[in-house]
Amino acid sequence: MDSAGEDAARILREIESLKDTKTDIERKISALEAQLREIYSKDDTFSNGSLPSISSNSDSGLAHGLSPDMIYRYSRHLLLPSFGVQGQSSLLKSSILVIGAGGLGSPALLYLAACGVGRIGIVDHDVVELNNLHRQIIHTEAYIGQSKVESAAAACRSINSTIEIVEHKEAFRTSNALEILSKYDIVIDATDNVPSRYMINDCCIVLGKPLVSGAALGLEGQLTVYNYNGGPCYRCLFPTPPPTTACQRCSDSGVLGVVPGIIGCLQALEAIKIASAVGEPLSGRMLLFDALSARIRIVKLRGRSSQCEVCGENAAFTGKQFRDFDYEKFTQSPLSTSPLKLNLLPTDSRISSKEYNERLVNGEAHILVDVRPAHHFKIVSLPNSINIPLSSLEARLPEISSALNEEECKGKDSGSSAHLYVICRRGNDSQRAVQYLHKMGFTSARDIMGGLESWSHDVDPSFPTY
Amino acid sequence: MQLTLEFGGGLELLCNSVKVHNVTVDPQDGEEKLTMKKLLSWVRTNLIKERPEMFMKGDSVRPGVLVLVNDCDWELSGQLDTILEEKDVIVFISTLHGG
Repeated sequence: MDSAGEDAARILREIESLKDTKTDIERKISALEAQLREIYSKDDTFSNGSLPSISSNSDSGLAHGLSPDMIYRYSRHLLLPSFGVQGQSSLLKSSILVIGAGGLGSPALLYLAACGVGRIGIVDHDVVELNNLHRQIIHTEAYIGQSKVESAAAACRSINSTIEIVEHKEAFRTSNALEILSKYDIVIDATDNVPSRYMINDCCIVLGKPLVSGAALGLEGQLTVYNYNGGPCYRCLFPTPPPTTACQRCSDSGVLGVVPGIIGCLQALEAIKIASAVGEPLSGRMLLFDALSARIRIVKLRGRSSQCEVCGENAAFTGKQFRDFDYEKFTQSPLSTSPLKLNLLPTDSRISSKEYNERLVNGEAHILVDVRPAHHFKIVSLPNSINIPLSSLEARLPEISSALNEEECKGKDSGSSAHLYVICRRGNDSQRAVQYLHKMGFTSARDIMGGLESWSHDVDPSFPTY
Repeated sequence: MQLTLEFGGGLELLCNSVKVHNVTVDPQDGEEKLTMKKLLSWVRTNLIKERPEMFMKGDSVRPGVLVLVNDCDWELSGQLDTILEEKDVIVFISTLHGG
């Protein structure tokens, strides 16, 4: 027992002595680092770049600052002659903000986390929904109903626990944009609407950050880098917002899941190139991807416009102007992606889905016209509804007349005329159709408010929504 | 002169969903050269089947449409005054916003 006690005492003494030596060495390192910083700050050759990180050297004692674990984890990057230690070190020191954890943001975030970007910020205020999962591959079924940011952050952390993930569970608005964005070196626009794209662009101009912009819809994608190396900004290219009717959304027009996946991967690639100062980022050029014909085209864009209202020669777009700018008004579109709710008709030309159901049950003589496009009608439809898409309504009016006549003949005994109801997916196109029908003399036409979505919500919960 | 016209980003929906059009367009009214301005009005008359306001505004394209002549932004070649040559490829693409 005595000898064991002596051993323990000896080990403890040795530990104490080593700790003292360690403290001494750390003090010497700090002093030398301070000297080195002094030299760098006086020397012009270092003034345009960031100071080489010295403190992390103590992890491994290697000049590049990568720990043995990092060397092993990122070995395939380090083996690339054109990327190597330099590229990886830069990546580890960089910070990238991804705005939108959806179809584009999902793959971008997965790659950025995996490749060792030092700090990744994620902005989103949505929750994960089942109909996101076909393309938003960072999320899993277990996270349905939960915050996309939490879900994405958890996925990133499970891939790489050595990097910092910052959660911004809020909508990106002029009120918080400058504060959030100023903490990052590079910005990835992975949003899905026009006002956000202008807002993110302008914020990047105010703060001088490169912007990796991607978009995808249907079977096509687009990618470019704005505000970098003398290239144009989004406003140089598109000084005037497009008309709202030209802005399609994935929730209306559909998107093949892999298409934003490809564009999101390319966004990660461009951000990695900028962060590690490797290669030629896609500035002043735009990549156009057409999935259906398997074609990628890279086109040359105009340079920075001297006339640009935010980045041009005479532009004086400040943080204050940015905060006061009304992007929804400017683009005539909402920042949130909630579906449009038109109100075109007087209340007596409208009927709720419940009321329609009552009339249906009572056997009222009527016809129901479904004005959705034919491929929507194929997904699901109400029995006995006639599909006449809004775009062909004008040409197919005679069909409505004859269907009404037929219905009236059937119900001749009751003596009443047949009613005409119009339905669509959400209750917007049905109002447009009723407006047109009224004009064409079908004065009894009424629309079913809220469309098939309200039918599913209020009448038949087993009726599929999409 | 023979030109290849391509529509993308949803603009093809205005031309019966056909993306690539190989067309022959010649200068008119005794003019020697064909400019983009003339080509736009030709496209509007001959290719656009519906909602022309989704393609044009005034005598140019509507905001949000990028025009590329031989893979170059038409801002670099003179926009509406760009003079077209045999076998040029002109792309009209609507910007996408989805994600």
